[in-house]
Amino acid sequence: MSIDEYNGSAIVAMTGKDCVAIATDTRFGVQRTTITTDFERVHKMGPTLYVAMSGLVTDAYTVAARLKYRLNLYELRENRPVNPKVFVSMVSNLLYERRFGPYFSTPVVAGLDPTSGKPFIAGFDCIGDPTIGTDFVTDGTSGEQLMGMCEAFWRPDLNKDELFEAISQSLLNAQDRDSYAGWGAQVYIIEKDKVTKKILKARKD
Amino acid sequence: MDFCIGIRGNDFVLLCEDMNAAQSIMLHKQDHEKMLDLNDHLLMTRTGNLGDGVQCAEFLQKNIQLYQIRNGYEMRSSAAAHYIRKYLADTLRSREPLEVNLLLGAYDVISNTPQLYYMDYLGSMATAPFCAHGYGAMFATSILDMYYHPGISVDEAIGILNKCIKELKKRLIINFSKFNVKVVDKDGIHKLPTISVEDGIHTH
Repeated sequence: MSIDEYNGSAIVAMTGKDCVAIATDTRFGVQRTTITTDFERVHKMGPTLYVAMSGLVTDAYTVAARLKYRLNLYELRENRPVNPKVFVSMVSNLLYERRFGPYFSTPVVAGLDPTSGKPFIAGFDCIGDPTIGTDFVTDGTSGEQLMGMCEAFWRPDLNKDELFEAISQSLLNAQDRDSYAGWGAQVYIIEKDKVTKKILKARKD
Repeated sequence: MDFCIGIRGNDFVLLCEDMNAAQSIMLHKQDHEKMLDLNDHLLMTRTGNLGDGVQCAEFLQKNIQLYQIRNGYEMRSSAAAHYIRKYLADTLRSREPLEVNLLLGAYDVISNTPQLYYMDYLGSMATAPFCAHGYGAMFATSILDMYYHPGISVDEAIGILNKCIKELKKRLIINFSKFNVKVVDKDGIHKLPTISVEDGIHTH
């Protein structure tokens, strides 16, 4: 039993044309037992910046809370929403502080640059190594399955509806091959002026 | 070896726990109350290590009451839940991790909503319409999946509870003789009659 597989999760972020999408499963389980099926993994960090946390649920919460704390102070000092690249550095710094006793949770960042509106996605490892993605970023116990699905469905310059279809199908089919993730899905489509949250019906096993 | 269960209705949260106080093979007491009122609208039950449980529960109770003394108003249920979660998460990576799983039943008087929080010893937290801890949880959650519906009444919840207890008596190797039942609603915390397995379990 690996600590990364104690709770289980499936997280994916994809870029489109002037939009990004981030999607997660909604299972909260403790090893083989499922506790709830409507667990929120996505946290809002800014009007067009969202973070989803994979891995151990207690650390996912702690990291998200500490990140929001630092972000709030940043935005109070700077008086503007944070740039995603700067946010990635913030996440990286927070995780590396625990280099020799890490948080067993990795964030996936999805957002739009507040000024230019350019799509931005990033993934990390548990000690903060950032990977700024150009097409898609996946994480969780279904990470590998998601990689394969995304490779098949993603293409450049998807509009928001095509992006929604691509990310939804990638997530639903990948999580069906993972017993620790599933029981529902949430998809956030982030555009310059609005964010749409859609809840998908998935296989309930 | 303990068991606790929580069921949330439209305007109440029902919490039930076994009343065994056991360590390894020795059963010290069969009428031990573990549930604790953290404040007027916050009820907490637990499973796990007996000593850690008492330490955790009393520490949290006193701090939540201190908040009330300092500020003049009750700590809100979601604030209390997050505070308790942080306490568990902080102790996890300290010298003395606490081996306690909690269920928190609360009634938020400001928004008039009942809330049930599931917390495990690592500090994971989730809200749920029903949940349980312990070996008994494996049986109870399946029964609740079948019979629970949103907006159940207290009587229906007790009926489902009795079904769970009947199942535990039949299929769980651990012998529980008594169950402590309490309800949180807008008027506070009320103790319901103890369910005693010897006196018969009434399923309705």
